Amino acid sequence: MHIVVCIKQVPDTADVKIDPKTNTLIREGVVSIINPFDMYAIEESIRLKEKLGGKVTAITMGPPQAENALREAIAMGVDAGILVSDRAFAGSDTWATSYTLALALKKIGDYGVILCGKQASDGDTAQVGPGIAAHLNLPQITYVRKIEEISAEHLVGERLLEEGTEVIRAPLPCVLTVVKEINEPRLPSLKGKLAAKKAQITHWKAADLQGEKAKFGLDGSPTKVVKIFTPPARQGGQIFKGEPEEIAAQVVAKLKDAVIAAGA
Amino acid sequence: MENDPIVILKDKCVGCRLCIKACPFGAITMQDKLAVIELTKCTLCGACVEVCKFKAIEMRQPAATGAAAGVDLSAYRDVWIFAEQKDGHIQSITYELLGEGRKLADQLGMKLCAVLLGHQMAERTAALIQRGADRVYMVDAPELAYFQDEPYAAVLIELVQRHKPAIMLCGATTVGRSLVSRVAVTVKAGLTADCTGLAIDPETKNLLQTRPAFGGNIMATIITPKHRPQMATVRHKVMKEAVVDAARKGETLIEKVAAEVLKSRAQRVRFAPETETTTNIAEANMIVSGGRGLQAPENFAIVRELAEVLGAGVGSSRAAVDAGWIPYSHQVGQTGKTVCPKIYIACGISGQIQHLAGMSSSDIIVAINKDPEAPIFRVATYGLVGDLFKIVPLLTREFKKVLKK
Repeated sequence: MHIVVCIKQVPDTADVKIDPKTNTLIREGVVSIINPFDMYAIEESIRLKEKLGGKVTAITMGPPQAENALREAIAMGVDAGILVSDRAFAGSDTWATSYTLALALKKIGDYGVILCGKQASDGDTAQVGPGIAAHLNLPQITYVRKIEEISAEHLVGERLLEEGTEVIRAPLPCVLTVVKEINEPRLPSLKGKLAAKKAQITHWKAADLQGEKAKFGLDGSPTKVVKIFTPPARQGGQIFKGEPEEIAAQVVAKLKDAVIAAGA
Repeated sequence: MENDPIVILKDKCVGCRLCIKACPFGAITMQDKLAVIELTKCTLCGACVEVCKFKAIEMRQPAATGAAAGVDLSAYRDVWIFAEQKDGHIQSITYELLGEGRKLADQLGMKLCAVLLGHQMAERTAALIQRGADRVYMVDAPELAYFQDEPYAAVLIELVQRHKPAIMLCGATTVGRSLVSRVAVTVKAGLTADCTGLAIDPETKNLLQTRPAFGGNIMATIITPKHRPQMATVRHKVMKEAVVDAARKGETLIEKVAAEVLKSRAQRVRFAPETETTTNIAEANMIVSGGRGLQAPENFAIVRELAEVLGAGVGSSRAAVDAGWIPYSHQVGQTGKTVCPKIYIACGISGQIQHLAGMSSSDIIVAINKDPEAPIFRVATYGLVGDLFKIVPLLTREFKKVLKK
């Protein structure tokens, strides 16, 4: 089976610091990583290949340096990487992004399962996975925490809902978005690292995709950011130190009304 | 390049670097003493345009000949909310959407309409009208008894195309996000995720959608200027629930759809409700969370005891989940859930930035930690420095007293 995993390079938020004076993000020296949720998607795609045979292709849309994310995926065990990158994609919102990725998937053609992380850690939208499914008119299972069963024709996945677990059976091809619980991503092997170094990354530009120009990038994006601002930083409040008995009683007295209101 | 959506005018740029500091996305660098924008990182937020004193940055408007051409905005009317139901019960997020939707509809002089998909739910429409809906569009079919991605999306797409709402709001829940992403793609609507603020621009009448990004470190206001409907998912527990007015009148329209629309390739095999917790943390008004400071899985008992007395949900830091002390569904933070309760009590959680991203918009934060330097204290409304094994049971005891349990 040909398994395709869609990944995104994001700034490492563990690295993001706030300038205490200006309250803005300090971004200098922030490194780029693979979106944490995509790591689980990569791991799962490799496990599926190990079970079913076939190959895994990782695909990303982003700047030229997003090639590094593809090489990292290859180091983990992915077979091939495709970078979809063009100035024409600049300003893409989730509509245009899922459109562009769907076109790239059409070009790949023989996909059986398409895996995505449940959302990216920079935008947090969770819209691109289902968006791809909609553009390709495929069934989807979002928030997958386990793949119970898979064959060449179908899969059974467990979806994590707020109030429990839903087990869903879907025919292939199908789009899955996965949560952290699904697996523990492996570290790249030495052999993998060597493969990543040597790998030929495929580059696709807008002209390589059979798309409408007006649906790419800024022109293809219904939403528009009009303002960016830093929220007022939350200030620390009152600190209680001393005898546990006393400080517990003090805090309970302060919280009592709020607890009663919240419980109502 | 003249087709680029944003350009630096080389004859005007003096290389002052103000734009680099202003850019929240790190998309601007200096090359040969001039600013250069890396387009693939740029979100066209305009922060650099505003800060440039030399008018050296210009943004291009989307081409009128683009995909937006031909959308007659005036043909779209009314504010819609998706009424989420589970097992036939209307979810609280729905009442929050009605509260917020009512305000927007009144400002626009439009109707507020709720869309209810389900099976044998006719009795539930009154609750939607009493909470502010002028009209309920109801589709009743056995296939809609519980959420299924494909038929729900197909029905909603059909209703949107039939009635053309100007605005469509939905909860930023698992169901909501899975559903409306599909709808927005098909009807070519703008969709903004996880909004925490909604307003109407007094001049353009556009919906101003404000949402956090980068784990809440920055906020962005987003519009959908040339497409309709303007779709948004709304974060749970941020908007106020609409109050019940038993005297309110409204109408219910039963909508019919073709059998074809109700088909689903994916099928539910079974459903297993979460048993571990008494309260779902996304819904909870209060959450008591435990972290690495608990030291061992059995010590989660003291967190659960406090949660039980308060009627709170049980949350956890990533560390405790990774250690296998509690299931992943309880994890709060960047790789877990984002929660927004009235009261969040963090027991033995140091407050890594990833955890804070998931809970720092809680109304009141209480932190118990032995390390006075723990970052959690920088966001805590009340910080208790000390041994959680002593303090948390005392909190349980005191709350039992004051709540007369």
